[in-house]
Amino acid sequence: MSTQPSIQHSVLAAPATPAASLAAKPVTASKKILVLGATSGIAEATCRIWAAEGASLFLVARNAEKLAAVAADLKVRGAQYVDTAVADLDDTAKHPELLAHAINSLTGLDIAYLAHGVLGEQSAAEADFEVAAQIFHTNLTAPVSLLTWLANFFVQRHSGVLAVISSVAGDRGRKSNYVYGASKAGLSAFLGGLRNRVDREGVTVLTIKPGPTKTAMTASMKGSEKFADVNVVAKSIVAAIAAKKDTLYVPFQWQPIMFIIRNIPEQVFKKLNL
Amino acid sequence: MPQTTLSPEAETPAAETQAAVTHPAASSGPASSGPVPFESWGRYPTYKAKVVPLNWQGDFPGVAAGIHNGALPVGMGRSYGDVCLLKDGNLLLTTGMNRLLDFDPATGVLTAEAGITLAQILDFAVPRGFFLPVTPGTKYVTLGGAIANDIHGKNHELAGSFGNHVPCFELVRSDGSRRLCSATENPDWFAATIGGMGLTGLITWAQLRLKPIVSRMIDYEGIQFHGIDEFLVLKDQYKHVEYTVAWVDCVSTGRNFARGIFMAGNNAKVPGPLTRTPEPKLSLPFDLPGFLLNRTTVSMFNTVFFHKQIKAHVKTPQDYEPFFYPLDKVLHWNRGYGKNGLLQFQYAIPWEHAKEGTIAILQEIARSGLASFLAVLKTFGDIPSLGMMSFPLAGIMFALDFPIKANISFPLMQRLGDMTREYGGRLYSAKDACMTPEQFKAFYPQWEQFARYRDPLITSSYWERVTGDRSTL
Repeated sequence: MSTQPSIQHSVLAAPATPAASLAAKPVTASKKILVLGATSGIAEATCRIWAAEGASLFLVARNAEKLAAVAADLKVRGAQYVDTAVADLDDTAKHPELLAHAINSLTGLDIAYLAHGVLGEQSAAEADFEVAAQIFHTNLTAPVSLLTWLANFFVQRHSGVLAVISSVAGDRGRKSNYVYGASKAGLSAFLGGLRNRVDREGVTVLTIKPGPTKTAMTASMKGSEKFADVNVVAKSIVAAIAAKKDTLYVPFQWQPIMFIIRNIPEQVFKKLNL
Repeated sequence: MPQTTLSPEAETPAAETQAAVTHPAASSGPASSGPVPFESWGRYPTYKAKVVPLNWQGDFPGVAAGIHNGALPVGMGRSYGDVCLLKDGNLLLTTGMNRLLDFDPATGVLTAEAGITLAQILDFAVPRGFFLPVTPGTKYVTLGGAIANDIHGKNHELAGSFGNHVPCFELVRSDGSRRLCSATENPDWFAATIGGMGLTGLITWAQLRLKPIVSRMIDYEGIQFHGIDEFLVLKDQYKHVEYTVAWVDCVSTGRNFARGIFMAGNNAKVPGPLTRTPEPKLSLPFDLPGFLLNRTTVSMFNTVFFHKQIKAHVKTPQDYEPFFYPLDKVLHWNRGYGKNGLLQFQYAIPWEHAKEGTIAILQEIARSGLASFLAVLKTFGDIPSLGMMSFPLAGIMFALDFPIKANISFPLMQRLGDMTREYGGRLYSAKDACMTPEQFKAFYPQWEQFARYRDPLITSSYWERVTGDRSTL
């Protein structure tokens, strides 16, 4: 390509509601939460807690049938408002329209919760670059797109929380899942930098690093019965968002474990079977 | 799948490398789980099976494509014997399907996916002023399991069994067909599936008619009694009380034969707390040695339990948790029976022979010297169950646990089963590990009619044992 592309600013249009009503506080202080990847096990468990608190939710997922079941459940559990959109988040070109629609539907936004991602198949990604590239697209490129739009929206308003599910696997590359791990490492690094940029603007960025958790994504993995209970993980996430934390290892034991793993000398590490 | 390989090995025939990539055994990442033991609550028998988790209503029958050795929908594994087991087969674990789909506070009708537990329903319903219409002695069973075993509770005389409170549900068969089942729509499938032991297909969602309450509390009365006659007198005296049940000492003989405590309660009429139950904290983390349960320790326990209630008659408000679920406080209490597990014996005998049958069976148990903590005596009313294979019948119901002692327990179970048959009663499939095909076919003569509704993919170790039918797989 010979021509330099001009810089497009990733700025979402303001909610369609009239400016006057934006200033007026809503009668009930219902948290407005956008959930991307709402049918993932951890996201659904987290949403159940928010729903019981009477939150307003906008849910995005790929599968319409699953999304409808999750939305019905959250509505029954007490969510004040539930709206949904079926979307493939790999399609980054559609992000601005989707996000603007969500913010309009909720008439504002307090928390954006990014919970979508794929584990991928390590052996396939080792053999075929296209598989690795797809994992990177879903776990890193697509969240970077969403976070750029959302961060710029929150910065304009000087408030908002970006809560993003990364993984302990991103703390150090291991042979058993380094492609997934590298995508999450990139995401964690991006979030660190983004936090450094937007914290002074009143925007919170939470990097969530769950250890292995019992969900549909891990159901077929060996030893999955010993994994963390998804409801315990969800409770910690809700608490960390409320406390405006920066990083959350969950369950908490993963913080010291990953500290040790990060500090094993490479000379030793490369010989280990991890 | 294309390969990113720069060496001449790129010439390898595609099919071969593809197999190497996609075969789970070749993967160092997530591996498909092989057969694992899935325990029933009695922990006898134990069979290995492949556990296939179902998380969505649309997962079945797709996930079952290409499986071998049959499948069986299972929930919390709280039935005692092998009704929730399938040796070397596939267990379709429904507990991930636990969403609430609709609730109408005007009618109390809750619609939920079938893998939701009664504990999860209570967490939702109690703060909204609703309670289960019928509840068993543990809240850790799924909605689907409660329908499939057509469970009963302490209010059978006034409320019937669980299926009587289920307006409708969806049944999915392995051929992909989906049926809405109710008393008016597909009534034959409705009747076959209630109490159908999971064999007719997968229940994806169901409706349940909850009952309104104004408090968590139960107005409780506990009354000591000696012997079956006194029990029957109390039962008549308290027939206006919704929940009634009795604990019986099966170890003592002579003057203390069949002594027990009659427990009665109503949901409190005075408005009180409607809070959620906190999570249980106690769990028995390992197996106790089996010898801990012997005649001496159990008779000590029974004496303490009998006299714990110091007065012969106690009247007090009690929370619903200890009233309905005294044992749920200790998760995995079944490990107290040691690694051999336990057997449960539970019968219903019709009124005609209920009293003589119960006395004869209690005498036989006391004679056997096999200790048991938990003997429960109650009466079933005459509200007919909707299920073709439902257990309850109007008369006396009795249940107790036995530790497993190879040379004593099994012949005793056989004798007790035969005695139940002689007195015109039947045993409860959800608790059984010992019924012979002859006994089963006598207890449930309608079994052949029921068998026509079984899904060809679905079977259980129980079904194969009691029908002697292994031809299906």
